[in-house]
Amino acid sequence: MRTLSAYIHIPFCASRCGYCDFNTYTAEELKRDGTSITAVTYPDRVIAEIDLTRSQMASDTREISTVFFGGGTPTMIAATELVRILQALDLAYGLAPDVEVTTEANPDSVTAEDLKVLRKGGFTRISFGHQSSAAHVLKVLERTHTPGRTWDAVREARAAGFEHVSVDLIYGTPGETEEDLIATLRDVAAADVDHVSAYSLIVEPGTRLAGQVARGGVPAPSDDVAADRYAIIDEKLSELGMTWYEVSNWAKPDGECRHNVAYWRNQDWLGIGPGAHAHINGVRSWNQKHPATWANQVDSGLAPIADSEKLTLEEIAHENIMLRLRLREGLPISELSDDAVAQAKLAVAEGLLEPEKFNQGIAILTFQGRLLADGLVARLWA
Amino acid sequence: MSKAPNPPVPGATDPKIIRNFCIIAHIDHGKSTLADRMLQITGIVDPRNMRAQYLDRMDIERERGITIKSQAVRLPFVADDDKTYVLNLIDTPGHVDFTYEVSRSLAACEGAILLVDAAQGIEAQTLANLYLALENNLTIIPVLNKIDLPAAQPEKYAAELAHIIGCKPEDVFKVSAKTGAGVEELLNEVVKQIPHPIGNADAPARALIFDSVYDTYRGVVTYVRVIDGRIPTRDRIKMMSTNETHETLEVGVISPDPVPSKAIGVGEVGYLITGVKDVRQSRVGDTVTLLANPAKESLGGYRDPIPMVFSGLYPLDGSDFPELREALDKLKLNDAALVYEPESSVALGFGFRCGFLGLLHLEIVRERLEREFNLDLISTAPNVVYRVVMDDGKEHIVTNPSEFPGGKISEVYEPVVRSTILTPNEFVGSIMELCQTRRGNLLGMDYLSEDRVEMRYTLPLAEIVFDFFDQLKSKTRGYASLDYEPTGEQSADLVKVDILLHGDPVDAFSAIVHRDKAYNYGIAMAAKLKELIPRQQFEVPIQAAIGARIIARETIRAIRKDVLAKCYGGDISRKRKLLEKQKEGKKRMKMVGRVEVPQEAFIAALSTDDTGAKPKAK
Repeated sequence: MRTLSAYIHIPFCASRCGYCDFNTYTAEELKRDGTSITAVTYPDRVIAEIDLTRSQMASDTREISTVFFGGGTPTMIAATELVRILQALDLAYGLAPDVEVTTEANPDSVTAEDLKVLRKGGFTRISFGHQSSAAHVLKVLERTHTPGRTWDAVREARAAGFEHVSVDLIYGTPGETEEDLIATLRDVAAADVDHVSAYSLIVEPGTRLAGQVARGGVPAPSDDVAADRYAIIDEKLSELGMTWYEVSNWAKPDGECRHNVAYWRNQDWLGIGPGAHAHINGVRSWNQKHPATWANQVDSGLAPIADSEKLTLEEIAHENIMLRLRLREGLPISELSDDAVAQAKLAVAEGLLEPEKFNQGIAILTFQGRLLADGLVARLWA
Repeated sequence: MSKAPNPPVPGATDPKIIRNFCIIAHIDHGKSTLADRMLQITGIVDPRNMRAQYLDRMDIERERGITIKSQAVRLPFVADDDKTYVLNLIDTPGHVDFTYEVSRSLAACEGAILLVDAAQGIEAQTLANLYLALENNLTIIPVLNKIDLPAAQPEKYAAELAHIIGCKPEDVFKVSAKTGAGVEELLNEVVKQIPHPIGNADAPARALIFDSVYDTYRGVVTYVRVIDGRIPTRDRIKMMSTNETHETLEVGVISPDPVPSKAIGVGEVGYLITGVKDVRQSRVGDTVTLLANPAKESLGGYRDPIPMVFSGLYPLDGSDFPELREALDKLKLNDAALVYEPESSVALGFGFRCGFLGLLHLEIVRERLEREFNLDLISTAPNVVYRVVMDDGKEHIVTNPSEFPGGKISEVYEPVVRSTILTPNEFVGSIMELCQTRRGNLLGMDYLSEDRVEMRYTLPLAEIVFDFFDQLKSKTRGYASLDYEPTGEQSADLVKVDILLHGDPVDAFSAIVHRDKAYNYGIAMAAKLKELIPRQQFEVPIQAAIGARIIARETIRAIRKDVLAKCYGGDISRKRKLLEKQKEGKKRMKMVGRVEVPQEAFIAALSTDDTGAKPKAK
């Protein structure tokens, strides 16, 4: 039986960062697009969508085991409203007694008071978008927060009683030096966090950063540099007692984000909010992307789904490999085809899979394998 | 249709009223337009049915404005003396690759119109064909075309033509094929100046094949000029070079559509259909005689077409190989010079090594394969034929660099050509420089007029097939023109340069080059490939080697990271599709040893355009 999680998308940001292609909007953009959706009117629609999904899954008796508020910037809406949404989810589905409830937060848009409200309202985990401690790197990323603010926010979260505190980092940004990254990691070491997500900067088509790179104003991030930086991150974090549990995520013991693990274990989850993706019983669906379109459908009592795909057996098998190989717990070799096992053997010889674990019947990425996982996944689709 | 009231009947036409002539001209100088005008003036084409370049049959000819296949059209014409004449206009191909076909067309004529653009002057190929016509003792009528153009310089170019032919500038005719001005006068001049054919009507039949065209419905249509005797319909004929016999199912003349007749006689030009399906059974230059009363001697001058340039043609999609074979089989029916045999390449899979008369021939065949048969092709860099003599006296004929023998080589012979370059005198220096770097040997230089020079060089053909023409055009702002003809072979210090990828030679990239240029070739190719081949999981050395000796090296560093960051908003589908797409892309890669090489890398590396290296795909 797959577990059931919930992802709640909050599509608001104070400003748009140049590298970001997430489905998020500033107040001005929404106004320009002629929608009445704002951070204030939004939560009622979210709750309406939660109730809509519930009526469509009436026979599903599963409780929600993890909840994740992502964005955008979830803390753009009032902490009390985030709590109200969580309560609606509890009413509709029931939250498991050990439920993990995470919200992403921008260190600048959250106060000590907000954190108390969230904790009291049932949130157990908070993830701060720190990205980098170097001001010039934040400038390239067009992040607005002051680097020092993150660590105050971490302290405030701990004071409010959060069990798990995480920071997000971005590495490989043009202009970032090794020293910049090491300084960032030194800050992480000094802070009381039990989890780090570190993502290499990807230049996504259509972003301002992509335009700058295309015009030559900003050099394209290099994969070689990213590989070197990844090695530094892995080394420094392991010194802190953090271990990778997924290619881009490190945690202290019991600090893993269970919601994140649920994704990579290919579990089921609800996707609430504009553009949110859901995975329920072999069907992947995604919501209307623009908040206005999404809200119109919710207001007319329709599920705001843009499209969906019923996965074929082959696609399910492919996703299984693609997702689970990224986890440190690995992928049982018994789930691979004969051709894929042959490829996996080659990958062991190439140093991409752990030989000992392989002999025990599990495919687990080596350090090198973590950096070259995508190519390996495609090979295991044999 | 004709304006002539009682056009003479084929097979019963007095040779004295026949005039056989062709038009010698460069591409764009207006040959087809002039021919169109002649069709109109003699009235054999109804003005309503007139379309531009009527005689060019294939689309590709009309689009490129060049005539690949010659044809012959019979024009009954009432001249100034009020007598009706039969003018046979024999169309000639206008390009360097088809010199032999031109020579056979010329052999079917008694005279030629030398047609030159009054704004451009004579071009090298025209000059070469003119010399060919003079060798054949043809009467030449010099004509300047496009005299209506503002840029026309009729006086200057009339003087030039007069100087070349040895006539007076005022003897040069001036016409505008476009408006028709002067064309009727020109036809009268043809009647006056060009001698009528002379032959023996009672001798055993002999007819010269000057063209042979495959038609889907009729089979091969053979164009002939009767020298002696007559060729009747429904009779047994014999091809004198092969001794093959056929029955003439139909004999006739083209005017301008086929008109069947009982026979064609001395001096006449016409066609015959025997039902054969392959132009090789009816070869240009061969002599046709009658089986019942065969001629003792052929007309002479026949030779097999000799492929001078070879290139491998490979389907982009390997599964198209059978289609490519079928397409070549079909093209062959209409192209006696095309030769091919299957070959396989480690890099490119299964394809054909094809032999061509020259570069244009290659280009035309390739274009027809792509256009008429919807094939996507890769062609390897063209190369010439080498004769390699080993120390032990054994000989190898090499048409593919990858077949260049190893071991003790005594001599390597390469084909050489005698080339003629016509150029404004200001470019003489840069042309000498170009020919120098191409191992050229200056034979001589003549001023055709005050500012135009004819330069004669011996050059290795291999140097010409590799972008020589483009270089010549760019160094002379397009003013110089080139013609060449094979003159034999020379011994040269030639070596094979292999390109090794991760230690494995890539056959498609091997080249035979002069030792002095091997190093540059190796460096350039290795650098190009480094840009084109994506990084692999391991370091890939690219080496250029002569035998076991490495002369250049580049390294593609191993890929360090390919993994993408998180799945945005749980968008697993997007990530899966992305990887699926990457995997699809990998399927189209060719494996060279363990190295995956994208098809595009081969195409770009094989293209002679040095600037064409595209950045590698992410």
